[in-house]
Amino acid sequence: MNYELITWLIPLAPLLAFFIIFLVTYKNNRLSHSLAIGSAFISWLLSMIIIIFAVTNQEVIEKGISSSISWLPTAETWLKIGVQVDALTTITLFFVSWTILMIFIYSVGYHNFGQPEGDHDRPGLPPHGAEIIDQEGKHQHVPSIEPMYARFFGFFGLFAFAMYLLVVSNNLLTLYIGWEIMGLCSYLLIGFWYAKPSAKAAAQKAFLTTRIGDVFMLIGLAALYTITGSLQYEVIFSEDVIHNLATTISPVLGLSWAGLIGLLIFMGVVGKSSQFPLHNWLPDAMEGPTPVSAMIHAATMVSAGVYLAIRFFPVLSAGWDGGASITTPMLVMAVIGSFTALFSATIAVAQRDVKRVLAYSTISQLGFMIAALGVGAYVAAAFHLVTHAIFKALLFLGSGSIIHGMEHGVLHTQEHIDPQDMYNMGGLYKKMPITFATFVIGGFALAGFPFITAGFWSKDEILSGAFNGGFSIVFWVLAISAFITAFYTMRQISLVFLGKARTEAAKHAHETPNTMTVPLIVLSFFAITIGWVGIPEYFPVIGGLLPNWLETFLGTMLPGEHVVVEHHSSIPLITSLVVSLGGLFLGGLLYRRITETDKDPLEWSLSGFYKVLANKYYVDEFYQFVFIRPAEWVSEKIVYQLFDQKIFDGFLHGIGKISIWLGEKFRYWFDLPVINRGGDKLASGTRKIGTNLKVTQSGRIQDYMILALAFSLLGGFIFYLILF
Amino acid sequence: MENNLLFYILLLPTLAAILVVILPTTNKNKIRWVAFGSSLIPFLLSILLWFQFDQTQPGFQFETFLPWFSAIGSSFHFGVDGISLPMVLLTTILTPLAILASYGIKDQVKAYMALFLFLETGVLGVFISLDLLVFFLFWEIGLIPMYFLINQWGGAKRNYAALKFILVTMAGSLGLLLSIQIVGITTGSFDLVKIYQLWPTLTEANFQKAIPLGLSLTSVKTIAFWAFVLAFAIKVPIWPVHTWLPDAHTEAPTAGSMILAGVLLKLGAYGFIRLVIPFFPVEANRYAGALAVLATAAIIFGALAAFAQKDLKRLVAYSSINHMGFVVLGIAAAAFAWQSTDNGVIESATIALNGSILQMFNHGLTSAGMFFLVGVIYDRTHTRQLDELGGLWPILPRYGAIFVFTAMAALGLPGLNGFVSEFLVVRGAWGIFPLATALSMIGLFFTGVYILKAIAGVLHGPRNDRWLAIPEISNREVWVIAPLMVLMLWIGIWPASILNLINHAVNFFF
Repeated sequence: MNYELITWLIPLAPLLAFFIIFLVTYKNNRLSHSLAIGSAFISWLLSMIIIIFAVTNQEVIEKGISSSISWLPTAETWLKIGVQVDALTTITLFFVSWTILMIFIYSVGYHNFGQPEGDHDRPGLPPHGAEIIDQEGKHQHVPSIEPMYARFFGFFGLFAFAMYLLVVSNNLLTLYIGWEIMGLCSYLLIGFWYAKPSAKAAAQKAFLTTRIGDVFMLIGLAALYTITGSLQYEVIFSEDVIHNLATTISPVLGLSWAGLIGLLIFMGVVGKSSQFPLHNWLPDAMEGPTPVSAMIHAATMVSAGVYLAIRFFPVLSAGWDGGASITTPMLVMAVIGSFTALFSATIAVAQRDVKRVLAYSTISQLGFMIAALGVGAYVAAAFHLVTHAIFKALLFLGSGSIIHGMEHGVLHTQEHIDPQDMYNMGGLYKKMPITFATFVIGGFALAGFPFITAGFWSKDEILSGAFNGGFSIVFWVLAISAFITAFYTMRQISLVFLGKARTEAAKHAHETPNTMTVPLIVLSFFAITIGWVGIPEYFPVIGGLLPNWLETFLGTMLPGEHVVVEHHSSIPLITSLVVSLGGLFLGGLLYRRITETDKDPLEWSLSGFYKVLANKYYVDEFYQFVFIRPAEWVSEKIVYQLFDQKIFDGFLHGIGKISIWLGEKFRYWFDLPVINRGGDKLASGTRKIGTNLKVTQSGRIQDYMILALAFSLLGGFIFYLILF
Repeated sequence: MENNLLFYILLLPTLAAILVVILPTTNKNKIRWVAFGSSLIPFLLSILLWFQFDQTQPGFQFETFLPWFSAIGSSFHFGVDGISLPMVLLTTILTPLAILASYGIKDQVKAYMALFLFLETGVLGVFISLDLLVFFLFWEIGLIPMYFLINQWGGAKRNYAALKFILVTMAGSLGLLLSIQIVGITTGSFDLVKIYQLWPTLTEANFQKAIPLGLSLTSVKTIAFWAFVLAFAIKVPIWPVHTWLPDAHTEAPTAGSMILAGVLLKLGAYGFIRLVIPFFPVEANRYAGALAVLATAAIIFGALAAFAQKDLKRLVAYSSINHMGFVVLGIAAAAFAWQSTDNGVIESATIALNGSILQMFNHGLTSAGMFFLVGVIYDRTHTRQLDELGGLWPILPRYGAIFVFTAMAALGLPGLNGFVSEFLVVRGAWGIFPLATALSMIGLFFTGVYILKAIAGVLHGPRNDRWLAIPEISNREVWVIAPLMVLMLWIGIWPASILNLINHAVNFFF
C-alpha cells in the first residue's frame, strides 16, 4: 500500500463533503449527513490503516512517512509543504479520528433528525419543538429538527478537514492553514444560532481572542522562516538548526532566537488552547450546539493548540539539558499552565450551567498539559492530551445528552426553566441510565479516579514529572487543582444524576436515541482502556504487567538521549490518590442531597468570594473596560474623526478654502476693479469721448476747414517748438 | 514574441466604446449585452497572452512599437513582463464583471457603458506603456471616465466625492508630468527601456548640458523622486494622503467602486515598482524606512478607521487602505534591498515583492467582490447603514454564504488568496523591517475585527422582518461574483499558478 498517498487523502474526504454539501445537497438533510459521516468514516478508516502500519513497524516510526511538494516559489527556491506520520502524529490521529467520527454520528440524533419541522422554527435559532397530533388524537409537543441541519454537517466537514490537515502536516505553514480554518469553523459553529445575541457575541469573541494569539504566531513563523529558510519539521527540528537557534541572540530582551520564536509561537497556543490570559472565549463558546462544544473542546481546536506546543517542543526547549534550569519559554509555559489549571478549576466550582463546568475544566486540564511541557514532561503532556480528548468528548456529548433529555422534559411539561442549569436537574440516573453510566466514567476519568480510568494515569504522569523534575511549586499547584477538579466533577455528577428531581421537567426527562448513546458507549470504552498504554514500569504492583508502550513509542520523537529520571518518589502517587478520592468524596458528600430550596453549600462557606468565582474573577469586565472600549474609542474618535476627518480632510479643505479665498480676492481686488470695471470704464470712456467729439462731426465743410487750419497752425507751432 | 496582441487588447475597449455610442439609445438591453460581450474579447486575448508569455525570459515581451512624437523621442511603445501581466489580466477580468454588475443602471446606459470601456483602455495603457509620456497620457485618460462615473451615477454626496477624487489625483499628476519632463530632457528619450540604463548612471557633466537652471544633479533627482512618489502615493493611497478614497469609493456606483478599488489603486503601486525603484535606487533605499513606517500606519489606521465605520460601504473602502498597506510594505522592503549584496536581504526582498504583487492581484479580486456584495444589498434595501441591516442571513441564505466567503478572503483566511500574499509580505518584510512588520500585526488583528463587524452587521442577529420581502441574489449577480470566488479559492490553494510568473519577473528585477 502507498501509505504516503493515504496520508494525503485523510484530510481530503471531509473537505469534499463540505463542498458537495454546500454546492449540491444542501436541501437534502439525509444525503448531507450521510456524506459528512461517510467522509468522517473514510478519514477514520484511513487513519486506522496508518496507525496500525505505524505501530507495527518500528522503522516507520523512527524514519517516519513523509512526502512533500513544492508550493510557493520564493526567489531561487520553493517553500515546500507536505504530510508526514511519526509517533506524535499517530497518537493524535488516533483520538482525532475516533472523536470526530463519534461526534458526527452523535450530531444526527442531537439535531433531531427524523423529527418534524417546527412551526415557529427559524434559521439561526435553536429549534423550539413541534406540535403533532398522535394516533389517539392528542396534541403533543415533540422536539423538531434543526432548521439548518445540512449546513451544520457542511461546517463540520470543513472543521474535520482543518484538524486532519493540521495533524498530518509536515510543516508549520499547512499546520497554520488548518489552524486558521479551524478558527473560522469555530466562529461559524459557535455562532451557528446567529440570531441569538449571545451566540453572535460568543462567536466573535472566540475568533478574535484566538486571533490575538495567531498574529503573534504569524510573526513567529516569519522569524523562523527567515532564519532557517524553511518551515518543514525535518529542517527546523534538525539538531544543527536547533543548536543555531539556541545559541544566537535575538534583539528582544536578550532572548535567544529559539526563546523568542518559541514565545511567539506559544502565544498562538495560548489563544487556541485557551490559556490565561486569552482563556475567556472558551466558556462562551458553549453558545454553539453541544456537538460543536465537543468538537472544539476535545477533537479539534484546543487539542490543536497543545499539539502544536508538543510538536514545537524541540524549539521551546532548545538549550535545555534535562535538568532543573529550564528555558525561558518553558518557564513561561510552566507558570501560565499551572496558574491556568488552578485559576479555572476554581471558577468551575461555582458554575451552575452543566456545560460551563466542563468548559472551565477543559481550560484547567489544558493548563495541566502546558505545565507538563513546561517542566519537560513531554510524554506526560502528550498522554494527557490523548486521554483528555477522549474523556472530554465523552463528557460533552454526555452533557448534550443530558440537555437533550431535559429539553424533552421541558417540551412535555411546558415549564419555563433553563434546561442547562444543574439546579433544575437531579435524579436523572433513573431516567437516563446509559447517559448516567457513561458520564460517570468520563467524570471519573477527569477526576483521575485511581487505576481504572485513563485520566488517572496521565495526570499521575504529569504530577510525577513535576515532582521528580524538582518543580515543587508546579507540583503543588497542580495537585490542588486536581483536588478541585475531582470536587467539581462529583458536584456535577451529584447535582445532575443523584438525589431527587428538582423540577417537573427533570421528572419527565428521557433517554436519548441510539445515535447519541452509542457514541457515548464507544468513547467510555476508551476513557478507561486508553490509560493502560502508558502505565509506568516503576509503578507499584501493576507496573510492568503491561509494557509502557507510550513511553517507548513517543520516545522516538525526542532528539538525542532521552532523559530518564532514576529516582521515583512515592509522594506524587500518594498525592494523586488523595486528591482524586478526597475531592470526589467531598463533592459527593456536599451535593448528593441538594433539594429545590437549598443554596449551593459553597455559597455560604465562601460567602463573598463565591460571587467572584461565579463571575469568573470579572476578567471579561476587565477586558471590556481596559481593551475593548478604548479600542473602539481610539478607532472612532482618534483615528477616524481626529486624524482623517479633522486633520487630513481639514488640510485638504483648507487648501480648497485658501484657493477659494484667493480666487475671491482676485475677483474683488483685481478682476472686478481692474479687468471688469477697467474694461467697462474703457468702453464708457470711449463712448464719452466719442459723444464729446461728436460735435466736431457736423458735416459742414466750413467747420472741417477751420479744424484743418487750426490743426495745421497747432502742428506748425509744435514743429517750431521742437526744432528750435 | 512578435505580434500585436497587446495592441489589440489595448484598443479593443475603445473601439467597443465607440460601437456602444453609435447604438440606438432606446434598446438598453442591447447596449448592455454589446458592452459586456465586447469586454470579453480583451479578456480572452489576455488569457491567450498569459499562456503565450515565456516566464523564463527576462525583459519585456509582446513589444509593439509605433512612432508618435519622434521629435522629442516619444513613441507608442508597449510591452509586458511578469509584473504587468497579472495586472493586465486583473483589469480584463474585472471590467466585464463590472459591466455585468451594472445592469441595474437605467440612466444614460449608453454613456455609462462607453465610459467604462474607455476607462479600461486608460488603465491597460498605464500597465503596458513602455514610454513615459504615453504612460502619463494613459494615466490621465484613466482619470476622466472615473470622474464622470462618480459624478453622474454616484450616491448622495457624489459631487463632493468626484471633485475631491479628481483634484487630489490631479495634484499628484502635476508633479508626475514635471518629473517625466525632467527625465525625458536629461536623457533625451522617453523610452522606458533606454531610461532604465541611462538615468541612474547619469553624470553631472552630461546633465548640465540638458538642464539650464544650474541645478545640481542630486537636487534634480531628489525633486523628481518626490514628485513621482507623491503622485503614486496619492493613487495607492498611502497614509496620510488617503482621505479621497473613502469618499470616492463610497459615492461611486457599485461597478465604479469595483474598478476603482480593484484596478485603479494598483496603478500607484505599479508606478512604484515600475518607475520609482528602478529610476531612483539610491533615494528609494534612503527613504525605504519612511515608506515602511507609512505602510505600517496605513495597515493599522486603515483597519482602525474601517472598524469605526457605521456605513458598510465606507467600511469596505477603508479596508482597501489597510490591504494596500501590505502592498506598500512589500515595496518598501524591495526598495531597501535594491542592489544590495547581502543574499539574505535579497531573498527577503524578493519574497516581499512577490507578496506585494500578488497582494495587488488578490486585493483586486476581494475588494471588487466586497464592493459588489455591498451593492447587491444596497440595490435591495437602499441603505448601507449597518444598524439598519442585520438579520439578513435567514432571508438571503445564498447571499449570506457568498458574503462570508468573500469577507474571509478579505480577512486573509489561510486557504484563500489573501493569506498567501500577506504571508509573503510579512515574511519578506520581517527580514528587513522587523519592527514595522511586528507592528503591522496590530492592523492584521483589526482586519479580523472589522470583517466580523461587517458580517455581524449584515447577516447575524434575529431575522430582520423589515427586509423580509427583498429577493435573494439573482443568477446574473451570482455570475458576477462566482468567477472572483473561484479565483480566490484557486490562488489560495495553488498560488504557484500565478506566483511562479511573478517570482521569475521579480528575480530578474533584482
